[in-house]
Amino acid sequence: METMIPNLVGAGIIVIGAGYGLGKIGGSAMEAIARQPEAANKIQTAMIIIAALLEGLAFGALFLGK
Amino acid sequence: MHLFRGFYLLFHYFCARIRQALFFSKEAMKISNYSIKFFGVLLTCLLTINVFANESTVQEQQGDERISTKVEIEEYILHHLKDSHDFHLVSYTNDAGERVHVGFPLPVILYGNNGITTFMSSEFHHDSDGKVIVEKNGNRFVNYHGKVYELEAGATELALDAEHHPVNASKPLDLSITKSVFGILIAGLLMLWFFSSLARQYKKRNIPKGFGRVLEPLVIYVRDEIARPNIGEKKYKKFTGYLLTVFFFIWILNLMGLTPFGFNVTGQIAVTAALAVFTLIIYVVSGNKDFWGHIFWMPGVPILIRPILAIIELVGTLIIKPFSLLVRLFANISAGHIILMSLIAIMINLKADLGPIGSTALSFGLSLFIFVIELLVAFLQAYIFTMLSALFIGMAVAEHDHEHEHDAHGNEVADAEDIRENFI
Repeated sequence: METMIPNLVGAGIIVIGAGYGLGKIGGSAMEAIARQPEAANKIQTAMIIIAALLEGLAFGALFLGK
Repeated sequence: MHLFRGFYLLFHYFCARIRQALFFSKEAMKISNYSIKFFGVLLTCLLTINVFANESTVQEQQGDERISTKVEIEEYILHHLKDSHDFHLVSYTNDAGERVHVGFPLPVILYGNNGITTFMSSEFHHDSDGKVIVEKNGNRFVNYHGKVYELEAGATELALDAEHHPVNASKPLDLSITKSVFGILIAGLLMLWFFSSLARQYKKRNIPKGFGRVLEPLVIYVRDEIARPNIGEKKYKKFTGYLLTVFFFIWILNLMGLTPFGFNVTGQIAVTAALAVFTLIIYVVSGNKDFWGHIFWMPGVPILIRPILAIIELVGTLIIKPFSLLVRLFANISAGHIILMSLIAIMINLKADLGPIGSTALSFGLSLFIFVIELLVAFLQAYIFTMLSALFIGMAVAEHDHEHEHDAHGNEVADAEDIRENFI
């Protein structure tokens, strides 16, 4: 169990980072849509792609840290 | 909002059908009966998961103490996440104190030392501790933790070493129709049925009727919103078939995971890995000169940096892209299943504190909430997998229309063509 601790801490740090990143993506997309509502579709697609890539990273960390 | 157009159309379809059913015209009756039946099946699927949970809760409460129920819940969830040789719906302790398991068996097909052996998994009697020995064809098989082992000659029971690995048994080649294989077969047959009938309709008419009207907008959505913008106008047709297949395959299996039969196909890492490898093969095989050029000898960066970039790009293309694809789908679906089952288990765990009605109400409310989110996740994960596959394929086949000059800092210098394009 003790040998698991570094993995779990590392996974936790990555998840914090991913959470920060997701917040930034969401916030920026909101601002962008508010400025240019007619581009909402394009912004949303790009947002989802980047969020998915980031999510993949976070899940990868969780998976490897398990 | 494009993302939800599919749902919106689906919803509209049913609304229109139900509205039609209210006016009792004969033609409308025929179609509406069909669609109401379908709607009924959907609703039943949605609601039975809680009904099943209710049954098992009531029955599990009778025999065992609270602590053992808790352990059993954990085992049940872990067991559900793995592939297994049978469908396991409910277990309870009857009046005589025996455990009774309700479910249905699947065929076991093994290629061992004496050739192919087949039998139904009911012969294991739901044992997964290696206690029950099945003798067929002169071979003896045991089921230990969901895996079938073949006992060596002379061994009378499964022996384990200190780390719980069997020592006197070998693993035969397991070609069984397991729960996941069964799920994949059902999804494949459903897709064959849906889309061959949709394709057949276009020979007679331009607008499909019946269930085809639900499928057509989804197909067009994948083509026009996923394949076309990401791969490019010239080449998208070649890859649309794969993208459609992968989209509907993942979506149908995700939705099947939300029925009470306990499929967890897209939560099996082997299944998602196979899907990711398909995407990998497609974009590696169809990658053009530009794509490989940008990997091995990145233009526009200093010479000394290029080998380092080549390693990074190669690892990124061959390992990280498919790995992120497979882990995202696997982890999302597994996490959804764990959360849903844990929320259903609240019913049992908090019964002593909140009473039967309180715990059931709490569990029902929370699990219904998560269930609706999971319905969205089922679509979203299929969409994202397809979207990223299209994006990766698009990166591999993208054609750079003309060469750019690079200035001293490695930036692209806009030429007359770019300026004209931007101006227009």
